[in-house]
Amino acid sequence: MKTFVALLQRDVTVLIRDLPEFVMRIAMQPFLFVFVFGYVLPSIGQVKSSYANLLLPGILAASMMMAGVQGTAIPLSQDFGAIKEIEDRLMAPIRISMVVLEKIVMGTLQAWIAGGLVFPLAWAIMRSNLSLHVTSFSYLFLYLFLVGLASAATGITLGTIISPFKIPLMFATIIIPMIFLGATYYPWHALSNVVWLQTIILINPMVYAAEGFRSVLTPGIPHIRMLFTILGLFAAVIILSGIGLRGFIKRAYS
Amino acid sequence: MAEQAEAIIDIEGLKKTYTLDSHRHVEAVKGIKFSVNAGEIFGLLGPNGAGKTTTIGMLTTRVKVTAGDAFIAGINIRDEVAVKRLIAVVPQQNNLDRSLTARENLTFHAKYFGVPKQVREKKAEELLKMMGLKGRQDDYVRAFSGGMAQRLMIARALMHEPKVLFLDEATTGLDPQSRRLLWDKVRELNESGQTILLTTHYMDEADELCHRIAIIDHGEVLALDTPHNLKRMVPGGNRIDLELPEAPDRLVDILRGIDRTGVISRRDEEDRVILSVHGGQGLIPGIIKAVQETNTDILSVQLHHVTLEDLFIHLTGRRLRD
Ligand SMILES: Nc1ncnc2c1ncn2[C@@H]1O[C@H](COP(=O)(O)OP(=O)(O)O)[C@@H](O)[C@H]1O
Ligand SMILES: [Mg+2]
Repeated sequence: MKTFVALLQRDVTVLIRDLPEFVMRIAMQPFLFVFVFGYVLPSIGQVKSSYANLLLPGILAASMMMAGVQGTAIPLSQDFGAIKEIEDRLMAPIRISMVVLEKIVMGTLQAWIAGGLVFPLAWAIMRSNLSLHVTSFSYLFLYLFLVGLASAATGITLGTIISPFKIPLMFATIIIPMIFLGATYYPWHALSNVVWLQTIILINPMVYAAEGFRSVLTPGIPHIRMLFTILGLFAAVIILSGIGLRGFIKRAYS
Repeated sequence: MAEQAEAIIDIEGLKKTYTLDSHRHVEAVKGIKFSVNAGEIFGLLGPNGAGKTTTIGMLTTRVKVTAGDAFIAGINIRDEVAVKRLIAVVPQQNNLDRSLTARENLTFHAKYFGVPKQVREKKAEELLKMMGLKGRQDDYVRAFSGGMAQRLMIARALMHEPKVLFLDEATTGLDPQSRRLLWDKVRELNESGQTILLTTHYMDEADELCHRIAIIDHGEVLALDTPHNLKRMVPGGNRIDLELPEAPDRLVDILRGIDRTGVISRRDEEDRVILSVHGGQGLIPGIIKAVQETNTDILSVQLHHVTLEDLFIHLTGRRLRD
């Protein structure tokens, strides 16, 4: 336990040391989305002001996913890169699976911070276009919790598979498609005209994240039933953590 | 000391086969067996690819064992967490935490091992001083030279007071001065009781530092003993090479009688003759006397010490380095 806390402290220390960079990395994307889609476009009449409502749960989900993945995949693929910086932590007197768990906790933490930033940003920039009805705070927190974990688990999986110099490629080929094809900027039910796409994207955890947030923030917009989004997120956390753990262990030993 | 000392590492038929793909395997370590005593500097000497790093990897939980067993202070190396508590590794390759300063590399490492704050601060202070890094303690380690990084990694390894310290090719790639400095540190540590298992492909390093050496090649231990005993395994042993313009028969006769082994070889070259005589420096006065008695000129006298390299050549027919 002491070792686990020490590993966390190491990561937090490094994160705080690059605080401006961290905040920029985490806040820029939600800021731009909130600003452009929630303020600029409605102001110039390109989209209806109600689009802000539709968008917010998606922005929340996408920001958390981005932060969780970046917070785990990038450090991990560097740790396992040519230098193997992580070796000293692998030599700590703790099970290797606990080192993975520590990484997931760190990623989740970063996803929460990103999620936490979306609300004040939205309030500051597009509150006039927004009408949120939080149906249940306990469910909102459950979703925040699950989406944080799912994003970190996604990052662990990617971080152990991808070599450091392929990170830009990973964003282009995996993260960006996940976000764009994740019912982020449109509700899943709106895809009923493109059934094949509607079906395929059900493998994307982003769908459950965005739809889940819709169900607690903007219940007026048609969304996937809570039970299914919760189950979907649970499944994503378990499956991706499992794959990530196996990938990590495979890399940790030779 | 070797006879009665207590074994702290026990290796019983340890084996590692790397799987490259379904039909290509590398037998990196082929069932080795030896033990290391507490308080000893034990060396694994062998050329690149001999299996030294793999052996250390297995003993330090980083490489999955294919077969066999090993125990550190009685604990099976498969009990990873318990073993990790007892050991420390300085790897072949710089793996310092680049996001941290030199001092933080030490203190965080100690924190992972649950060393209390006051103890780790004091220990970091001491070790930074000992390793000559006090002035650079708050610098990030990215800019550290090879020698500094190596010394910092040793300091880091000592932060949690391991029972066994593993040093993998600790001086490879260092300049001669840094190498000497590191040798001094290793000896200093050992004198204070630290058990050290090191690997090297420098025969002089093994000879100079180690109490006992296992010579390893192609994943097998070819010989294991003290440096002194290992060198005695080389047929011929030490010799003296005598370079003369000419070698009168009478001189050869005298030299032949000088020691029971006598002249081992005579090589005639265009304008000189080289006679090799068995034995060490104690024979030199006798040889000089014989040369003077026969009124012969000497071009050079060279004492040739047997090295571990000679033993390696004797055992494998190859040189240690390429
Ligand atoms: N991770 C690995 N995967 C496959 N083969 C390896 C791996 N590590 C080492 N080897 C091979 O095992 C043999 C022994 O390597 P190593 O233990 O590094 O030797 P040394 O440290 O004595 O130079 C070499 O043939 C090397 O190519
Ligand atoms: Mg090696």
